[in-house]
Amino acid sequence: MSERTPIAPPRRASLAPAAPTHLNADILARARQLISLYPEPRSALIPLCHLAQEQDGWLTPEAMVDVAGLLGVTPSEVLGTASFYDMLHTEPVGRHVVAVCTNIACLFGGAAELLEHAEGSLGIGAGGTTADGAITLEEAECLADCDRAPCVQVNHRYVGAQTPESFDQLIADLRSGARDGDIPPHGTLIRVRRTTGIEAEPAAVAEERRVAAEARAAREATATTDGGGA
Amino acid sequence: MAITDPPKIVTARMGHADSHTLERYLATGGYDGLRVALAKTPEAVAAEVDAASLLGRGGAGFPAGRKWSMLRKNPVTYLVVNGDESEPATFKDHLLVERDPHQLIEGVVIAAYALQVTRVFIFLRGEFALGLERVQAALNDAYAHGAVGRDIFGSGFSVDVVVHPGAGAYICGEETALLESLEGKRGFPRIKPPFFPAAIGLYGDPTVVNNVETMSNLPWIMINGGAAFAALGAGRSTGTRLFALAGHVNNPGVFELEMVKTTFNDLINAPVLGGGIPHGRGLKAFIPGGVSAPWFGPDQIDLPLGQDEVAEAGSMLGSGSVVVMDDRTCAVRAAWRITKFFSRESCGQCTPCREGSGWLERIMERIERGEGREEDLDLLLDACDNISPGVAWPPQQTTICVLGPSIPSSISSAITMFRDEFLVHIKEGGCPYE
Repeated sequence: MSERTPIAPPRRASLAPAAPTHLNADILARARQLISLYPEPRSALIPLCHLAQEQDGWLTPEAMVDVAGLLGVTPSEVLGTASFYDMLHTEPVGRHVVAVCTNIACLFGGAAELLEHAEGSLGIGAGGTTADGAITLEEAECLADCDRAPCVQVNHRYVGAQTPESFDQLIADLRSGARDGDIPPHGTLIRVRRTTGIEAEPAAVAEERRVAAEARAAREATATTDGGGA
Repeated sequence: MAITDPPKIVTARMGHADSHTLERYLATGGYDGLRVALAKTPEAVAAEVDAASLLGRGGAGFPAGRKWSMLRKNPVTYLVVNGDESEPATFKDHLLVERDPHQLIEGVVIAAYALQVTRVFIFLRGEFALGLERVQAALNDAYAHGAVGRDIFGSGFSVDVVVHPGAGAYICGEETALLESLEGKRGFPRIKPPFFPAAIGLYGDPTVVNNVETMSNLPWIMINGGAAFAALGAGRSTGTRLFALAGHVNNPGVFELEMVKTTFNDLINAPVLGGGIPHGRGLKAFIPGGVSAPWFGPDQIDLPLGQDEVAEAGSMLGSGSVVVMDDRTCAVRAAWRITKFFSRESCGQCTPCREGSGWLERIMERIERGEGREEDLDLLLDACDNISPGVAWPPQQTTICVLGPSIPSSISSAITMFRDEFLVHIKEGGCPYE
């Protein structure tokens, strides 16, 4: 990995969320649609981080500031959540993230040897990115495709069991663009848009939350009179 | 024991290349179960699922009907579907979400109706990119077909279903960690009590969390009745179940088998199932229910695939994943890799799990490299004992969730069953299998 990117954005004078400045109009429109699907905006945090990665290929500090503003949380809360998850990259990655599973079933299928080959042929260790920015290599935990071991995913698309030879061909195809049709660039997770469904109406959600809060208060009151405990 | 020929309850469409489309789904009885359900009262639907004695298919094996009955007195609840399949060598939900998303959606709407829930979240692990696309596409079609959304099939019942992508964390398969993640936070499990989802779940409200496979059984149960489901299997393990077979077998894959009637021997060796171990090798050991489960040796291969039967023998059927090790497998290396997994995936909240998994992984690694010491075996078991006192099964718990007590299983199994192998690594300074 190249030099570290600073994570914390400059501190603003006001804590009021700023208008988005980094995410493009298409991403913003989809982000607002996603937020409308949840009773609490913060539930859209991870889906929005995926969207931000679709724009930039990774989760940039600027994007985290925008996501925070859209959700009414602080940028550090976005980073605090994002840094927990393997798929959210807070440092730049290659156009193709190639994940080789080495967990138990894949280990028995030759995954350790495949990963060693991959490191040698790409000239990087697991976690590294090639100098041309094309490939990031990852050692993955189980990807739930264990009957096709050793399992490899490129940008979270399954490419089937790989041998050292087929792996080199796969990398050549990724570099030449031959797989662009079935494997989108890293960050693009869900290409199917939600085209229909009940758009959560703010008034309906507010009413739903009010009823829930009342019920919760009633339960807590009962629990208190009962002497507490669940 | 024998391989029975039960109805295909959740894999009926898998032979069709277009099994994920609405056209194929409707041509094969799709959404008929939902129509049956909507013609009944919600209570009657729940009673049918109770009659089926459907055990949750996620790993813990809690009766789905009982989970629901704890909820029905509360006014607003959420239904959350756990599709964060990440237990190593478990890949059955992968099949269900990619190949039959409408079946999942139909099951979800049936459950939502029984629970009178108006909002459902299907949480799928983020690495299921194709699965996420397939379920979203199926949802779009199901809304257009009138099977989801407002006034479903003219019944007056409405429900909104949202597909939610995870972002890569094994711990989010634990239901309270999943809810934290769904609230936009780090996947930290909640302490129970008081945070049982049925009492204090998503946003603090009562929530049912059910597994993908559990939901996928519901359409069949609605059409054929709970009694027909309960007639399959034996004892508490009713119906069929998906078993994901991996490791050293000729024909790894996902098989739908009748509970209890089939044995591990059938699953691993029958020509129509696992097809035996490659290269004519013998069986060394197998893991019966995900890497959290203690291992079994060849002497336990005739055990039936039933929840209670496996529990009584000292392990668990867990997530329905069976990993086979042939006689050329290094037990130290296998246990080390499993320990490395837990060390990587520990969320870090509880000291015994966070620190213990790291210690165990480093000790296991040095033994596998040939740099171990004889006292390491006692050290390993002592560290295991700090995570789960007694290192017994079922395990004692010192941590917020069950990831901690899952860590010692593979190490204690490997040491108990293959102590000599550890000693050879230590005395000869290397792995005898390399």
